[in-house]
Amino acid sequence: MYDFNHHRPGSIDAAASALSGADDGKILAGGMTLIPTLKQRLASPSDLVDLGAIGELKGICEEGGAVVVGAMTTHAAVAKDATVKAKIPALAHLAEGIGDAQVRNCGTIGGSIANNDPAADYPAALVGLGATVRTNKREIAADDFFTGMFETALDDGEIITAVAFPVPEKAGYAKFANPASRYAIVGVMVATGPAGTRVAVTGAGPCVFRLSDAESALGSGISADAVANVSVAADGLNSDLHASSEYRANLVNVMLRRAAAAAG
Amino acid sequence: MPTVSMTVNGRAVTGEVEGRTLLVQFLREQLSLTGTHVGCDTSQCGACVVHVDGESIKSCTMLAQQADGTEVTTIEGLASNGGLHPMQEAFREHHGLQCGFCTPGMVMSAVDLLNKNPNPDEGEIREWLEGNICRCTGYHNIVKAIQSAAENMRG
Repeated sequence: MYDFNHHRPGSIDAAASALSGADDGKILAGGMTLIPTLKQRLASPSDLVDLGAIGELKGICEEGGAVVVGAMTTHAAVAKDATVKAKIPALAHLAEGIGDAQVRNCGTIGGSIANNDPAADYPAALVGLGATVRTNKREIAADDFFTGMFETALDDGEIITAVAFPVPEKAGYAKFANPASRYAIVGVMVATGPAGTRVAVTGAGPCVFRLSDAESALGSGISADAVANVSVAADGLNSDLHASSEYRANLVNVMLRRAAAAAG
Repeated sequence: MPTVSMTVNGRAVTGEVEGRTLLVQFLREQLSLTGTHVGCDTSQCGACVVHVDGESIKSCTMLAQQADGTEVTTIEGLASNGGLHPMQEAFREHHGLQCGFCTPGMVMSAVDLLNKNPNPDEGEIREWLEGNICRCTGYHNIVKAIQSAAENMRG
């Protein structure tokens, strides 16, 4: 790992200034992807702006009909939070299945979605539940936030502050986890609520995507049977040493049925 | 060079670090607390697990400066008054180790589990150990040791 200047600001404004004052500054959230990336010298920023000391970025609250999760809230904190468990148990379940216990104690929702790993779980939660990403500059609908593999709608230096999840009537998440890393080979979130009936798939393609055939099929009620015949083409899906695109296409249907059963 | 201060095993410590200094390097190289091991250095094997503010984390994937101002507990901080921690005692009693390299991380991870769930079943223990890899014993005695420690610690 090449050396860098480490900043640990106490406020969002101070973090924004530290970023704009750096030659090539990067935001450090939980570090679960960034630190291994630095070790491999795949990135060598001049400055890291560590958001770990900014209290207002941590924590979970209810706001109207939404559960708002601060960007620096860890996966472990989401998984055990009483409000999340009561209002969106599928989100608690998803957070509890990320990585391992130590990763969940460090990794954050803001870091995960800013990185937008194609196999990460949270993108499916945000798109499936119709969440809104709040930054220090604006609000971005989840549908517009994830723009491609490791790409998001964030501008340089823009800092995610929180994610607002509208409370669904029903929601379920199922994933086929890579047995070594617990990343999703395929993960599917099914939800119905104020954001409509939505189905989001992660792990299968280069970026999270909605499955409109499944959303129509679930329009008259959430059940595994309703989506038994929904299929996706293997073309364009990920293919790697873990799973071929054909295998992933099949898994989308299997995880879809499991998620629908969990939601129903 | 930047300075970090933290409480390690109950003792206030301060040291100079680089931006890139990892917590595990600070513990091992500056504080000589070499009980915390570096196995894979890729946050997979869990040999480097320590507690930061009471939560188990992988110290090879945390910068020393991220731990500034925190309370850190390493394997050296578990024993008290010359006696082993019940988890260490259980690993010895049930031979929950072979070469011993993964053991500090296993013990620290298991202590965190029992802090959160004093009565885990076998499945919960095995699932919790997802982030700790042992290449010798096949986990069986490690799980037995944790079950036994849980029983003893509940009293």
